[in-house]
Amino acid sequence: MIQVENLKCHFDVSGSWLARLINRTGRILVKAVDDVSFTIHKGEIFSLVGESGSGKSTIGRLILGLENATAGSVHFDGQRLDRLKGAGLLAQRRRMQMIFQDPYASLNPRWRVKNLVAEPLRGTLPKAERLEAVGGLLQQVGLSPADGDKYPHEFSGGQRQRICIARALAGKPEFLVCDEPTSALDVSVQAQILNLMRDLQDEYGLTYLFISHDMAVVKHMSDRIAVMYLGRIAEIAPADQLFENPHHPYSKMLLAAVPSLEGVGKERTVIQGEVPNPVHPPTGCAFHPRCPHANERCKAEVPRLIARSDGSEVACHGVEEGRLP
Amino acid sequence: MEGAERSQEESTGQVQPLLSVRDLMVQFPNRRGVLTAIQDISFDLMPGEILGVVGESGAGKSMTGNAIIGLLEPPGRIVKGEILLEGKNLAALSQQAMRRIRGRDIGAIFQDPLTSLNPLYTVGDMLVETILTHLPLSRAEAQTRALDMLSEVGIPAPHERIGHYPHQFSGGMRQRVVIALALCANPKLVIADEPTTALDVSVQAQIINLLKRLSKEHGTAVILITHDMGVIAETADRVCVMYAGRIVEIGPVRQIISAPRHPYTVGLMAAIPKIGSGADKLIQIEGVMPRLDGIPAGCAFNPRCPQKIEACTRTVPPMIAVAENQLAACHLFTKPGGA
Amino acid sequence: MEVTERIRDSLHRFFDGDFWYSFTQSKITMISGGVTAVMLLAAFFAPLISLQNPFDPAALNLMDAFTPPVWAENGSWAFPLGTDNQGRDLYSAILYGSRLSLFIGFASVSLAMILGVTLGLVAGYLGGIVDVVIMRVADVQLSFPAILIALLIDGVARALLPNNRHEDVVVYVLVLAIGLSQWVNFARTVRGISMVERNKEYVLAARLIGISRPLIMLRHILPNTMGPVLVIATISMGVAILLEATLSFLGVGVPPTEPSLGTLIRIGQDFLFSGEWWIVIFPGAALVILVLSVNLLGDWLRDYFNPKLR
Ligand SMILES: Nc1ncnc2c1ncn2[C@@H]1O[C@H](COP(=O)(O)OP(=O)(O)O)[C@@H](O)[C@H]1O
Ligand SMILES: Nc1ncnc2c1ncn2[C@@H]1O[C@H](COP(=O)(O)OP(=O)(O)O)[C@@H](O)[C@H]1O
Ligand code: SF4
Ligand SMILES: [Mg+2]
Ligand SMILES: [Mg+2]
Repeated sequence: MIQVENLKCHFDVSGSWLARLINRTGRILVKAVDDVSFTIHKGEIFSLVGESGSGKSTIGRLILGLENATAGSVHFDGQRLDRLKGAGLLAQRRRMQMIFQDPYASLNPRWRVKNLVAEPLRGTLPKAERLEAVGGLLQQVGLSPADGDKYPHEFSGGQRQRICIARALAGKPEFLVCDEPTSALDVSVQAQILNLMRDLQDEYGLTYLFISHDMAVVKHMSDRIAVMYLGRIAEIAPADQLFENPHHPYSKMLLAAVPSLEGVGKERTVIQGEVPNPVHPPTGCAFHPRCPHANERCKAEVPRLIARSDGSEVACHGVEEGRLP
Repeated sequence: MEGAERSQEESTGQVQPLLSVRDLMVQFPNRRGVLTAIQDISFDLMPGEILGVVGESGAGKSMTGNAIIGLLEPPGRIVKGEILLEGKNLAALSQQAMRRIRGRDIGAIFQDPLTSLNPLYTVGDMLVETILTHLPLSRAEAQTRALDMLSEVGIPAPHERIGHYPHQFSGGMRQRVVIALALCANPKLVIADEPTTALDVSVQAQIINLLKRLSKEHGTAVILITHDMGVIAETADRVCVMYAGRIVEIGPVRQIISAPRHPYTVGLMAAIPKIGSGADKLIQIEGVMPRLDGIPAGCAFNPRCPQKIEACTRTVPPMIAVAENQLAACHLFTKPGGA
Repeated sequence: MEVTERIRDSLHRFFDGDFWYSFTQSKITMISGGVTAVMLLAAFFAPLISLQNPFDPAALNLMDAFTPPVWAENGSWAFPLGTDNQGRDLYSAILYGSRLSLFIGFASVSLAMILGVTLGLVAGYLGGIVDVVIMRVADVQLSFPAILIALLIDGVARALLPNNRHEDVVVYVLVLAIGLSQWVNFARTVRGISMVERNKEYVLAARLIGISRPLIMLRHILPNTMGPVLVIATISMGVAILLEATLSFLGVGVPPTEPSLGTLIRIGQDFLFSGEWWIVIFPGAALVILVLSVNLLGDWLRDYFNPKLR
């Protein structure tokens, strides 16, 4: 359904022309997304996981056309969004929606809930039908139609996220990008929202691109998972496979870093170091300064994503050379 | 026989708690009346112990921590209760006296390392200043101690880094600096309010391990406030679960995780997605935590509680022993023959 | 019935809300609010509560010139605050003068607001070259003092229009001049907010739905700028009234036949040292009180809308 090919998005974060001249610096580029390819099949939940700054949100926005790609392409049902114009673009846009991380920032505080949810329906339905539809949508996400008269600040974070979901569903989309939809919520509420998203997927046959930094949440939600590091995909694998048998050293590290309830008082082996500054990423494999298996080749050559027989794709010289399982 | 018993009591039971909080209540007067943010908060903390405090946001975790270090934002104030640090009641101290206690006897670590460091001072300046304020050392000795602290919290090349400003550090390194600052006067108690929430997953683990190690090495007691049960599981000795301004359950971490008794704790544990389980649906607690101005009568959890009985809507349940060293505030246990 | 209920509901919300509460928290704010309200009402109802029409030459009698205030020797109840050199009742003149001053203030601030908010919104939301051009124009504008702009426009108007027509349009010249000198404040603030809001997720959500850029600016971003815009408008109001007074004082403003507060002060200052102090003192006091209370209101609004101070 979604086909992402060699997608790149570089942000120019250098100062103005004058500042560059004075400081004698060249252009500074942040390679937020660098040469990323993957496919999302209809009806599946595909997840992007990685630490903050790894480019997950940028990919989501690129797919929806909220950001312009530097290179590469995104095909949605065989069509390239950036080649579409006017009514055609609008029609395609309606088929995809997004749910954001911050339920406080994603609702205009000055609008009543019913108007927020009805906004995608403006111009497609007469007012009475629109309001009826809004009532139905609110019910569907576990709120009451009477809540439509309230303002967003009268709701808790979880309820706001429900409102966001109702709004996203209003235009009857087929594909949803969910950018850390529960990161700002408490666990008990997170469970409600995750369950709701699952139910809605079953009911409408939705396809999700699910973005999160929480491994346990990703495991719970996904069919397939792409692990990202500094703008590149380190590993793509079916969910169960990734958790049982991760190949890439970074995937292993992420899994090891998850605090678990079972490990009461246990000392974990912690991987050293932090995500480097994306402005000056390391040469070769961006993970090499933190990788216990790095060799000279890792420092020099960027590893390519290579498919393996078990259905996963891994970008690691160590795995490719057979040094690592 | 009698003598032997006494000596045993002296060696085990006689250890005085470092911190003893009794019936703490914090209120915010506002123009519509008075909001009670936390109430009936009572717990003991032994020297060197790590107590985790969990609960949803707004449950009153930070409020409890801030009350103990005397950093309540006005108009919030302690209206009832005692905070006994080695027998001295902090709740009755003046702002001035509290300032002397902060830093020397109690250290603090907050969520955002950037806002808790002054951007205009070098890391060394801040450390030396704090050490000189609280310890009887010369400037040269303070400098040495500052270097020791930096290397102790795992900052590489401390001689070089001591002259750097906070913005020159990465997020994880900044939090290490904050920890060094909190520990540099060798306090007996550290209050860490969501110390890892703003950090990346891989860095979180590093910081947690560091906190644990330092607590052990220095014998510092820690109140670790977080909403992440996983962090608590790996770090804390005991856990205190808060809901709507009250403690609902408190006990050893192993017991709380494997055998929670309060229905809220039970729901909380079940709602956490676990990597090991293949369940299709998460167990969820229906509804949301009430706001301060809408806390229901009786047990505050009763509208969301799947096991509620008639008494729950009438009276606030007291803390009852439900297992060894484990207390829960739930009517299911106050009724004889209850679950 | 539904309408009255709604009105009652919103009135209730207003008086029960933070806005009204914050207003009642400071005596100074309440006093300045009261004074502003009284002066607005007085100006609005000037024809009803004045003793004569000071703009009507036929109503004036030169014989009454230089009558002192009522409590002084030779004072008369017909002219409670005395008269000026034309025999104009100062009390009525101040009412009509504030009316004129307030009208010019409102009109010029509205002009500045419409211009500034629109340009700021567009500059902030679209960014890029549009932003650069608008903000450069704003910078250039800022480097001209308001008086210079006013003199410039006034000069152009005088040159273009025959002299007898000039008096008819002078009010609009003032509005244009003051308005043009004030829009930059609006534009800068609104641009800042617009740049922040356009990256907020609710704007992204609106873009995803396919809402056009003008509609997003209008429906989503504009409402979020209203608080700060209100603050600037209030403060600009004070500045505009003063500016009008200054221009009239310098003689480029409204003519003495239809005096504003500034014109009255200009007339009065000629007689300040010959003993007829009231001609300058009363209009001056009216101006100071009006501008001061408007500014105090502005200060309160600024604090109210500043989340850091709350
Ligand atoms: N509009 C932008 N301008 C400049 N840099 C950006 C912009 N958006 C994102 N970035 C940078 O791109 C990188 C990836 O960001 P993002 O996609 O938000 O990561 P994630 O969602 O994984 O946390 C980060 O280093 C971020 O600073
Ligand atoms: N300044 C304040 N005035 C009134 N209520 C406050 C204030 N600060 C916090 N609260 C309320 O106190 C309660 C406890 O907050 P807090 O201790 O910060 O929760 P937690 O740290 O558990 O998320 C919350 O309901 C919050 O809304
Ligand atoms: S390519 Fe080399 S450095 Fe990168 S993850 Fe694999 S082994 Fe480690
Ligand atoms: Mg993101
Ligand atoms: Mg908190």
